[in-house]
Amino acid sequence: MAQEVDPQYAIFTSGLTKSFGSHNAVDALDLRVPRGSIFGFLGPNGSGKTTTIRMLLGLANISSGEVSLLGSAIPDEIGIALPKVGALVEGPAFYPYLSGRDNLIRFDAADRHAPPQTRSARVDAALARVGLTQAAGKKVHAYSLGMKQRLGIANALLQPRELLVLDEPTNGLDPQGTREVRNLIRSLAVEGITIFISSHLLVEIEQICTHLAVMSQGKIVAQGSVEELSAGEELNLTLLTSDTELAVQGLKTYGINGVIDGKSVRALIPAGAHKPEDILKSLVDTGVGVKGFTLLAPTLEERFVLLTGEGFDVER
Amino acid sequence: MLNVKKFKGSLMQSELSVLFRRRRTWAMLTTISMIPIFLAIAVKLSGSTLPPGEGPPFLDRVSQNGMFVGFTAMILAIPLFLPLTIGVVAGDTIAGEANTGTLRYLLVAPVSRTRLLIVKFLGASAFALAATFTLMITGIAIGAILFPIGPVTLLSGDVISIPAALVRIFLVAIYVTISLMGLTAIGLFISTLTVIPVGAMAATVVVSTVTQILGTLPQLAVIHPYLISYYWLGFADLLRNPISLGSFASNTLLQLAYIAIFGSLAYGRFTTKDVLS
Ligand SMILES: Nc1ncnc2c1ncn2[C@@H]1O[C@H](COP(=O)(O)OP(=O)(O)O)[C@@H](O)[C@H]1O
Ligand SMILES: [Mg+2]
Repeated sequence: MAQEVDPQYAIFTSGLTKSFGSHNAVDALDLRVPRGSIFGFLGPNGSGKTTTIRMLLGLANISSGEVSLLGSAIPDEIGIALPKVGALVEGPAFYPYLSGRDNLIRFDAADRHAPPQTRSARVDAALARVGLTQAAGKKVHAYSLGMKQRLGIANALLQPRELLVLDEPTNGLDPQGTREVRNLIRSLAVEGITIFISSHLLVEIEQICTHLAVMSQGKIVAQGSVEELSAGEELNLTLLTSDTELAVQGLKTYGINGVIDGKSVRALIPAGAHKPEDILKSLVDTGVGVKGFTLLAPTLEERFVLLTGEGFDVER
Repeated sequence: MLNVKKFKGSLMQSELSVLFRRRRTWAMLTTISMIPIFLAIAVKLSGSTLPPGEGPPFLDRVSQNGMFVGFTAMILAIPLFLPLTIGVVAGDTIAGEANTGTLRYLLVAPVSRTRLLIVKFLGASAFALAATFTLMITGIAIGAILFPIGPVTLLSGDVISIPAALVRIFLVAIYVTISLMGLTAIGLFISTLTVIPVGAMAATVVVSTVTQILGTLPQLAVIHPYLISYYWLGFADLLRNPISLGSFASNTLLQLAYIAIFGSLAYGRFTTKDVLS
């Protein structure tokens, strides 16, 4: 790699890009996933999460940029990295006419590094870990989406791994199932496995993540540890006014992006740059009729709504 | 592959076990076994002995010697039915895995794309072998049940014993299996081009049909020796005394050429393509 890769990172990308025709589905990503972290890869549907994961795992060609996965350059050294990685990509996929157990045996047999002598025991352990022991003998076409999702996670756990890449692992699970997956991830993290988990639902993974990256239209708009991301001293401004356009213009002179929301303007005021009271005074001076001025420390959710301009679906 | 210890628990073993556990595979093998059975029953019911030269080759001999049921059924199955089943199995190899999404899980397991292609080709070839032997063995069995069995009169007029005839039957089954391997390679290549298995299956069958039509046009006689189906019905050489392996060798060479060409194309395509399904 052109750039020296710090061994503390399980995933390290520089300028990672995937283009479909003229459209960049993934645009110059610099991911930094520290070893031992539970890394939340967040973004609305279509923001490029799965495409990124496909490139990390060598499924899709890289249009430009570089990837280091567990210290191996992708795609050249993919055979070195992949045996140490368990993955769930774009939902589970199985042979419907085979039982859950036989599906896992099939995928394990595909891996030359997996010892056949211990296969049966490892498959049973993985099934037990996701609570599928009872259903192991059933054909997969009789599985619910939640059961397939859990079987997909079991497939990622067939061998001791250094990294788990889980693309939307809670899709299709009920709240109880989602909780179980969260607990499973926590217990795996305790064992020292790095977990890279994507989701379009912030609420589902917020509580377990140590690090986050937020994607919007193929780009990372924020990345760092949860503390770094929430300890920002930005303030969430809500300005009640009928002169919304004027207020947005006024904010722009401070380099602040205002979003009109009915009879109010919302904006994120960066820490330190300007005092909120100065901004208020200048808005009033330019003729904005201010009816209310509220400053709040934003929640993570609000921060991401502002960053992505779209927000996240909230599970109901 | 010959190393049993290495084979046990390998992807190759898994491929064969998945292929031969599919209901579809058994349905095709069962249908194949129906060809000699129906043929034998039809001959038995018609009762009369055909004058030599009527109907498909060897048909006139079936009622005198059950050993001929397999050969005759093979000649009936070669142009259409066997290529159809090869189209289904070979067209499904990569496209079927891509369609169910299992391809991405095989690749991250990880299995290298080259190894997967080789395993898929060998798996589909194993099906061709199973298909030809199913047909031949069912033919001998039903022939023995319905007709007298005895020493076989070859095309050259010589008479050979039953065990010697079984060796010839075995050779014909191998010959037909090899005949189908070029088509298997074509199906494998087409299968890397799409994520819709039915499309790849149909395209493979179309290739086999078009080839055989071209093979009947005298204007195209110059290209006939290069058509994949040129030697398909040419196993009569194996039924002469002394046995002549000329067409066996030519057929094998031709099929190897097709395997090399379409294997390379499949390799070039599959090892560089985006797996987005
Ligand atoms: N095979 C493809 N051809 C063209 N565009 C694609 C293809 N796959 C994905 N995309 C585009 O890439 C973008 C990102 O998709 P994806 O990575 O699946 O997003 P996410 O996983 O975040 O929902 C989308 O705009 C999608 O339309
Ligand atoms: Mg996705």
